[in-house]
Amino acid sequence: MTQTLTLGRFFRLSLLSLGALMFLAPYIFMVSTAGKDQSEIFSASLSLIPQHFAYMANFTKALTRVSMQNLLLNGVIVCGLILVLQVVVAVPCAYALAKLKFGAARFMMALVMLGLLVPIHATALPLYVAFDKLSLLNSYTALVAPFSISVFGIFLFLQFFRAMPDDLIHAARLDGMSEAGIVARVIVPNAWPAVTAFAIFSVVAHWNDLFWPLIVVTNQSYATPPLGLLFFRAAEAGDDYGALMAATLIITLPLVIAFLLAQKRFVEGITMTGLKG
Amino acid sequence: MSVFSLRDIRKSFNGNAILKGVSLEAEAGEFIALVGPSGCGKSTLLRIVAGLDHADSGEIRIGDREMSQLTAADRNIAMVFQSYALYPHLTAGQNIAVPLAMRKLTGMQRLPFIGSLLPGQRQVCADIQRQVQTMAVSLKIDHLLDRKPGQMSGGQRQRVALARAMVRNPSVFLMDEPLSNLDANLRVHARGEIVDLHRRAGVPTLYVTHDQSEALSMADRVAVMIGGNLLQLAAPQTIYDDPSHIEVARFIGQPRINLLPGKKDAHGIVQFGALRLASPSDAVSDASVTLGVRPEFVRLRAEGQGALAARVERLEFLGSEVIVFAKLAAIGETMLAKVIPGEVRGLVAGQAIGLDMDPAHVMLFAEDGRRLPATPVSAVLRETARG
Repeated sequence: MTQTLTLGRFFRLSLLSLGALMFLAPYIFMVSTAGKDQSEIFSASLSLIPQHFAYMANFTKALTRVSMQNLLLNGVIVCGLILVLQVVVAVPCAYALAKLKFGAARFMMALVMLGLLVPIHATALPLYVAFDKLSLLNSYTALVAPFSISVFGIFLFLQFFRAMPDDLIHAARLDGMSEAGIVARVIVPNAWPAVTAFAIFSVVAHWNDLFWPLIVVTNQSYATPPLGLLFFRAAEAGDDYGALMAATLIITLPLVIAFLLAQKRFVEGITMTGLKG
Repeated sequence: MSVFSLRDIRKSFNGNAILKGVSLEAEAGEFIALVGPSGCGKSTLLRIVAGLDHADSGEIRIGDREMSQLTAADRNIAMVFQSYALYPHLTAGQNIAVPLAMRKLTGMQRLPFIGSLLPGQRQVCADIQRQVQTMAVSLKIDHLLDRKPGQMSGGQRQRVALARAMVRNPSVFLMDEPLSNLDANLRVHARGEIVDLHRRAGVPTLYVTHDQSEALSMADRVAVMIGGNLLQLAAPQTIYDDPSHIEVARFIGQPRINLLPGKKDAHGIVQFGALRLASPSDAVSDASVTLGVRPEFVRLRAEGQGALAARVERLEFLGSEVIVFAKLAAIGETMLAKVIPGEVRGLVAGQAIGLDMDPAHVMLFAEDGRRLPATPVSAVLRETARG
């Protein structure tokens, strides 16, 4: 697959590279800062490559001052629980809306659409009060429960399931499967591209979410990675930007690695090259 | 004794009547083809029989059990879909095993991991494997069992779909245009195979198709459905030679039947050109009727001879026969004649010819489409034909 470098191709590539550079610049700067010591960060000269590599010192600080394992573990638990619950709720909902005929289907569909329009910020206060009344603040429940039903998930799966042939479901019914059996044995095994795509959206959103954890969590032992960073900055690092950047790097690393590993699946999921016969 | 019967099935969508009271009975081991133009309700009827859709009213019986309230799974009906509807994530072997596993294993036994620990599960699974293997061998797909549907050709998928439907010995077998996705050569070959399989299994079969040659060549009896009504249910030969309704005559037959307008006088005599037919049943005089004659019963004559004067529009050469399109001088209708190639030697478009119809094979239809009895009146007045 060698292509000659025509003028048009060169132009396209440079435009794309420029765009990529613009988006990557903060990240590159972060990587650079994570390796500088205090004095260099605040020096007047701006260089991308640290003069004295202080990576060891900064990473040691980042790993020792706050419980980084705890933060990452919280992130994994919260994101994992959210994702599992979302899929478990959204897949049957989407199946029912896409393939079953029932009276309230249109009304339900309207509710889903409405749900898409309401941001979490609008419902944050009542939810906070409710969790407070239930004494559930500072818990995994408070972090996970509000996101267990994802209207976006329902919507995404709905679009995907609609494209699945009706005959497949009819065949499953004739073969003796119950509706739950159809979801588990026919729909889900064929919906992996959609589930993967949704998993990426969901995990990225909730791993990086600062807003909601900031509201319901004050106890450091339940802090998710972005919230942990906040604690780290406020309590420990002070002006130590080198260590802060090192900590940020550690927190963004799992997502970057996951993306690089699942790059192909990710693109597959987004383009949703669905199933054909 | 009928093993399978439908009585007065009605269905409408949003006020549009799709099925207007369809009744049908099948004998044990009978192959019935349900044929009709697209949108005539034949697929809807099939879905209702399968339990995938519900009729507004009517009765479905298999043996002596009333089925309309049962779910699709409880009816023990197997169906082959037009798209085959194989599970894309399972291999051919697993696809064929699904209906068996759903019936023979309990819910607990079907669970992954846990299921294999339960007593008896191993035995049943081995049993299922054996049945799948037997089925696959009889359909000559045993070498494909490990392939997924995506890795198979259309013909192979169609066989796997057949195997999946037949493996569990259903009480009725439904097929929804199973050959329409195959190429022409394979289709003719698959026809014979399906008839063969049907004969071996002996299960009453309802076969939906829009292809009349499929219906006529495969079925024991053909049911012609048009506009939500089942117009005629009879053996293929009867459907062709003796249609009970003008729509049946119009739909069945390739090339199409010739239909000509006519009038019946007070004596019950219909005259068309030099042809006279007596139709005694009706007392109404001057009623409009339609004469029908199949192209193979139209004879070519030299100009000035024959009952009807006509002009050749074009010829269609089909190998063993030639279709002559001729415009009738009297009424401007195009009439088709099917003749052997020898008869049209020297015939060119635009040439004037004469046509004769075999009076014994002219059918008469009333204005509402019903078939009327007709007997040829022997006196043929050729002179009046060329007016």
